[in-house]
Amino acid sequence: MPNALSRKALKTCGSRFCSMLESHVAETTTHVAEPTRRDFLYIATGAAAVVGGATLVWPFVQSLAPDAATVAAGAPVEVDLTPIAEGQIVKVFWRGKLIFIRHRTAEEIKAAEDVNVASLRDPQPDSARVKEGKAQWLIVYGNCTHLGCVPLGQQGEYHGWFCPCHGSVFDTSGRVRGGPAPINLPIPPYTFASDTKIIIGQEATA
Amino acid sequence: MSQHPTTYVPKSAFGKWFESRLPLAGLIHSSFIAFPVPRNLTYFWTFGAILAFMLVAQIVTGVFLAMYYTPNAAMAFQSVEHIMRDVEFGWLLRYLHANGASMFFVAVYVHIFRNFYYGSYKAPREVLYILGVIIFLLMMATAFMGYVLPWGQMSFWGATVITNLFSAIPVVGDTIVSYLWGGYSVGNPTLNRFFSLHYLLPFMIAGVVALHIWALHVPGQNNPTGIPIKSGKDAVPFTPYATIKDIFAVVVFMLFFAYWVFYMPNYLGHADNYIPANPAVTPAHIVPEWYFLPFYAILRAIPDKLGGVIAMGAAIVIWCFMPWLDTSKVRSTAYRPLYKQFFWLFVVVCFLLGWLGSRPAEGWYVIASQICTAYYFAHFLIVLPVLGFVERPLPLPNSILESVMGVQKVGAGVPAGANAEPSSKG
Repeated sequence: MPNALSRKALKTCGSRFCSMLESHVAETTTHVAEPTRRDFLYIATGAAAVVGGATLVWPFVQSLAPDAATVAAGAPVEVDLTPIAEGQIVKVFWRGKLIFIRHRTAEEIKAAEDVNVASLRDPQPDSARVKEGKAQWLIVYGNCTHLGCVPLGQQGEYHGWFCPCHGSVFDTSGRVRGGPAPINLPIPPYTFASDTKIIIGQEATA
Repeated sequence: MSQHPTTYVPKSAFGKWFESRLPLAGLIHSSFIAFPVPRNLTYFWTFGAILAFMLVAQIVTGVFLAMYYTPNAAMAFQSVEHIMRDVEFGWLLRYLHANGASMFFVAVYVHIFRNFYYGSYKAPREVLYILGVIIFLLMMATAFMGYVLPWGQMSFWGATVITNLFSAIPVVGDTIVSYLWGGYSVGNPTLNRFFSLHYLLPFMIAGVVALHIWALHVPGQNNPTGIPIKSGKDAVPFTPYATIKDIFAVVVFMLFFAYWVFYMPNYLGHADNYIPANPAVTPAHIVPEWYFLPFYAILRAIPDKLGGVIAMGAAIVIWCFMPWLDTSKVRSTAYRPLYKQFFWLFVVVCFLLGWLGSRPAEGWYVIASQICTAYYFAHFLIVLPVLGFVERPLPLPNSILESVMGVQKVGAGVPAGANAEPSSKG
């Protein structure tokens, strides 16, 4: 095709030199399709257009990402645990996301620990979901892992959480035990600054 | 019929001068005045005009609402209340726009089921039909983003649930969702971009509508018999016949529209959306707008997140394959006694899915949703392909004229085999 095109282009030039060249081109194309300089220019132009187009699209797509102000507002937050009574669930926000801080009772901890981990949809022992020696504090994201509704505390078969939207059931460790949610309520990054204070958004640097 | 009558001759000197420079009047004349329409069209064929009217109505009311609305998470809810209480006739503009969305979907569903019944999706109208499916998808996106703008509880949680659908995509899902939100959760950036896109998409719909009408004018309209126009006696000119009928239908539809706007303007909405968005509390029962309910029921019927999302998408994408899944050579269901029963069963299943989508996801509702979802897909993947082979259709009339006037009156002048369709594989 490029050779046919270049022959056509040459025909328009009309000089004797061109017609000589044309016969030469015609001869070569019948035997081997030699790439011409025109072919190179086509490919180079096309490649430049593709790369240029992709480069231009990039800033538009990237502008959709969380902006600097949103990222800055997502800095770690401190939460004082002293006012949270045993059995109580407190809601806090970090990065616009809801987080449950649950002060678990002894029975709730026992219920979460006495589970055959292998039988769970998203197998995780309770000990992997709390900080060592702080089993009374369960800190989990407060949006159902199905489609993001807020599950209701102390409800459902396991008295953990129950999601009113599509019926997902979570236990007192925030693990999914029924309904459409695919995984457990995730644990946000946090660390204990002292026995009564946590910093959400910061992992312990050990 | 792909050649439009080119009989238009401008009368005035200016008309001649203009026509030779831009043949706009000639295009309008051939498309909307002299264009031949089948003489047997019923009122089901007026919903295209009704939809065109609804698109214009939504754009006009929307442009005015945008003058008073503030797309900011802290002010959006107040600005909508400001429109309702302070802006002159603001209540009317908003109720027209909110109920207009529902009316738009009423009309489009009639339009779609008419197309399914009379086989309008079949050759040679596949491209016309697929453009229609694209318009429907754009309508869904526009309606969803519009419902988010008042920033009430249902707005916020509807946005959360629907944007989280994308998190089901393996590997890149979470990144895509944060790019949709412009943050770590549904928030102000989300509202801003939804407003921008809600304003843009209707104009994209208008563009695809232009293509849809263009594609319609190549093969011409289908009709209740499904057989094409063969002679001038089968057709009448678009103006005045179709024009007047369309205008009359639009006026009747406006009465229906006005009834909702003036007598029960909030019936189709949710009371929860008059509570400002609160990210800490989910409404007891999250339900989408009625026009999304069948698809929502399909989403919830699959007990797996990714599977549910795929099923919901497939429920619409599968429409695009109908021209090839339907193996019957007969277009109109009027001549397909067996398919007629399956068609109405399909309609019932769609309504059932809609009702199930409005119920909580528990107990037997879930099982019923699963049965209906299975049947929904079986209709496309089993009933449509198989019936074409096993069904014995009724005899087709020789022409549209004969179907209207009866065989005797038309006379025996129709040559044998004239009802074969030269254009059916075109």
